Amino acid sequence: MYLNLHLLRPEICLAITAIAVIAVDLFSRRKWLVNTVSLVGLLVSIVLAISLVGSMPNYVGNGLFVLDNYAVFFKILFIAIAILVVLVSTDYIERIPKLHGEYHALLLTATLGAMLTAAAQNIISVILSVELTAVSLYALVGMLKNEKSTESSLKYLLLGAVNSAVMLFGLALVFGFTGSTNFSEIAEMISKSVMSDGFGLFFGLALVFAGFAFKIAAVPFHMWAPDVYEGSPTPITLFLSTVSKIAGFSILLRLVIIIVDTSSNHTWGMLLAIISAVTMTTGNLLAISQNNIKRLLAYSSIAQSGYMLMAVAAVSVSMHDSLTIVSSLQSYMVAFALAEIAVFSVVIIASRYKDSESITDYSGLGKRSPRMAFILTLGLLSLMGFPLMAGFMGKFYVFNQVANGGLLWLVIIAVINSVISAFYYLRIIRTIWIETPQSFETPRSSPALKIVLFISGIGILLFGILPAILSTFTAWGSQFISI
Amino acid sequence: MSFNWLSAIIFLPLAAAIALALLPHLSVKAVRYFAATITMFVLILTLVLFCFFDRNIGTMQFEEVYSWIPAFSASYHLGVDGISMPLVVLTALLGFVSVLVSWKLETRVREFFIWMLILESSVLGVFCALDLLLFFVFWEIEVIPVYFLISNWCSANQRHTALKYVLFTLGGSALMLAGIIGVYYYYGSLNMVLLSQHDDAVLLLSSAPIVPIFFMLLAGFAVKLPIVPFHGWQPDTYTNAPLAVSIMLSGALAKMGGYGIIRICVSFFPDIAIRYAPLMLTLAVVGIIYGGVLVLRQTNLKRLIAYSSISHMGFVLLGIFALGQTSLVGASMQMVSHGLITGLLFAVAGIIIEKTGYADITRLGGLARQMPATATFFILAGLGALGLPATSGFAAEFTTLLGSFSSTVVDSAKWFVLIALLGVLLAAAYILWTIQRIFYGPAQSAFNHIQDAGKLHRIYCGLLIALIFIIGICPSILTSIIQNSTYEIIQVVGG
Repeated sequence: MYLNLHLLRPEICLAITAIAVIAVDLFSRRKWLVNTVSLVGLLVSIVLAISLVGSMPNYVGNGLFVLDNYAVFFKILFIAIAILVVLVSTDYIERIPKLHGEYHALLLTATLGAMLTAAAQNIISVILSVELTAVSLYALVGMLKNEKSTESSLKYLLLGAVNSAVMLFGLALVFGFTGSTNFSEIAEMISKSVMSDGFGLFFGLALVFAGFAFKIAAVPFHMWAPDVYEGSPTPITLFLSTVSKIAGFSILLRLVIIIVDTSSNHTWGMLLAIISAVTMTTGNLLAISQNNIKRLLAYSSIAQSGYMLMAVAAVSVSMHDSLTIVSSLQSYMVAFALAEIAVFSVVIIASRYKDSESITDYSGLGKRSPRMAFILTLGLLSLMGFPLMAGFMGKFYVFNQVANGGLLWLVIIAVINSVISAFYYLRIIRTIWIETPQSFETPRSSPALKIVLFISGIGILLFGILPAILSTFTAWGSQFISI
Repeated sequence: MSFNWLSAIIFLPLAAAIALALLPHLSVKAVRYFAATITMFVLILTLVLFCFFDRNIGTMQFEEVYSWIPAFSASYHLGVDGISMPLVVLTALLGFVSVLVSWKLETRVREFFIWMLILESSVLGVFCALDLLLFFVFWEIEVIPVYFLISNWCSANQRHTALKYVLFTLGGSALMLAGIIGVYYYYGSLNMVLLSQHDDAVLLLSSAPIVPIFFMLLAGFAVKLPIVPFHGWQPDTYTNAPLAVSIMLSGALAKMGGYGIIRICVSFFPDIAIRYAPLMLTLAVVGIIYGGVLVLRQTNLKRLIAYSSISHMGFVLLGIFALGQTSLVGASMQMVSHGLITGLLFAVAGIIIEKTGYADITRLGGLARQMPATATFFILAGLGALGLPATSGFAAEFTTLLGSFSSTVVDSAKWFVLIALLGVLLAAAYILWTIQRIFYGPAQSAFNHIQDAGKLHRIYCGLLIALIFIIGICPSILTSIIQNSTYEIIQVVGG
């Protein structure tokens, strides 16, 4: 075991950038500089992360973290999303005039935490990295400083704190019953001991899974999501729903593969499958009656967690071929992230002149700004899982793997859910294109936002029509470190 | 032939739609002529293909295979056989006719034709796709243009129709997707040609849930055809949709259902098809009678045609699940014939509604004097619909009934044929009664100054009528092309 700090170069770069951002904010009056520094830092960091591609799997920090393709894939994904989030923040940040430095610095640390989460291989590092993201986000959520934002920040903080306590307790139990903090050693202990007398261990793992279920907003730990999504600054909502959620999945999946695979016990798989079914159904049904677009997207995001959980369930049920399932889930995540970026960017642009986020504000957007409306439609169709969109291919990959794992009933529930979701996605699409506009303001977007819209639109179509491009990456990115 | 004919046919309307979308300043007139030229060109291409089609072979022709998603061995695989070829021509024809039908449209013309062209592309794609995933992609895309066409160009209080249509369709296709995933899991292939050569008897004995998969696949087709308990969307949609869309929906899109049942349900799972044939035949007969009886109660002209469509599609289902060589030929012919006849009926109904302003039959009457040409068109279409000899309706229904009666695979088919004959009687009743209510009786002075069908109307109605009679008098144009391919399927079924 060695320190191997050079393998953490993207993270180190981000940490330095975060400090630099604060320093620049302190000593310079040029507001745009903060934005530029954080963007440059992220760009350097993504280059460093890409330079890790092809390096041999290795332990980092004396076994606290690992560096396998799986971790590198998520690192690149998180930095890429963070870059787009910084870009969509350029206009939005005017609403929080005095906190530009803090905003960017915290965004960077939150990304840093997510990257470390994906690489965590030890109980200690899991707690540290998950908390790093969470604490940064508690502050970011409240940055608008209005009533709603503060309320959601407090709500997120209180529930998050309870959740951390529960997760910590669970991890402590796991440590207590196995005597190790390292995942591979824990897995070894579990495979040696007989599960029947391990109720304490089972209980501990259940608490840990509950903790991650909170992060990914799975039912019944989803209550925070709609309020927090609604109250947060919109770019932070985007961050919560993509980076924070995917980070939760990345560590959940790692745990499931390392621990459950070796214990060959189907209880977890069935439990996850049921949670996934309940999550997607609840999310979709509750989304139907929403009139605020951010709340609606929050519920839709809960439903999407349900679809992603299917793959996690499939991993724990089917022993063979977990790599293909992981790779299909990664494809889904990329597609999901692209769609969320597309949708939220339009929400950011549209809410720039009018503070309300009601769906009726979008009526006639197709006439006022056809290009924006087109991208929004692509994003919604992709979330709905419509063919030729990246989301369809993601869904097809995942559903296929889940059926492969013998969970055909779950696939049927999922396809029925897609129809339910069509109901509210189509409602927005109809509002955009068919209803008469209430105002004739044309929402203007800055060049940065245009770039983001363009990238997400191209990505959705490209990965939807030629999914082989994406699956080449995910096939590589699903490679786990061999234990 | 090295040229990718089918790709050209499928993507030409789509390319034209994109071109239209990128040219916002075209005049309305230019848009109309552009759409008409493109659809006519597509029609000509399909006719060329129809002529070059080798009638002695029952297997796929004009095939194109390119690898698409290696992970699933999904490929971009197109091809046509004797069953799909006539449907491709039919779709192209109706695509052209529906552009002509909407010539007088004045609101948002460019958008309308963009959606119509995309719709045509997706329907053509469904008939040509030979890869299950590709098939599904084309199948699903059709929803978006229809959704926009209905909700943008129907009156405001009927917009729920579009959503109803979409939810029904998506519900069916969602189950179909689950079915496709099931097929891929148990057969390990998405290639529709290979899958139809599989023997499902082995899997039927194993514990594989092959029966649910069959019915999940069927669900998507049942909604589209529609088979009776799944027809809830159909009357409203046909009635409220703009005329061109009603023509495409009833003429071409409904055939996607029948085609899918033949190509996928029956070919992939012959043994299950035989096992559940009595159930499906019951549904077919219920559809024939139910649709026929309800037509008698309709007063809205378009809704009347909608219900008659349910009745006629029952014959398609009957022919398919009688599982005889002749009955399958009949079902395929019925699809083409119904496409022509219903297309014509809707087109003529459109003329009547446009000129008189009423869709309500009770307000019409005695129009034969004021609109002699329209009356002739409608009567000829009606004669086709009731299956008068020398029309395509007769050739198709007679072949279907005869084939089903003599089917050796499903013995009970005879009894269903006897009940279905009642449907023929009902058709005669409602068609003649409708003609009488619209065109005969005392002439109404309110309609004294309305014009008869114009030149354009006469062109497309004449075109459809000519085809109806050509097929009726010389059905071998179709049968020669269909029978070799149905023979391939019947060989799998074992009839």
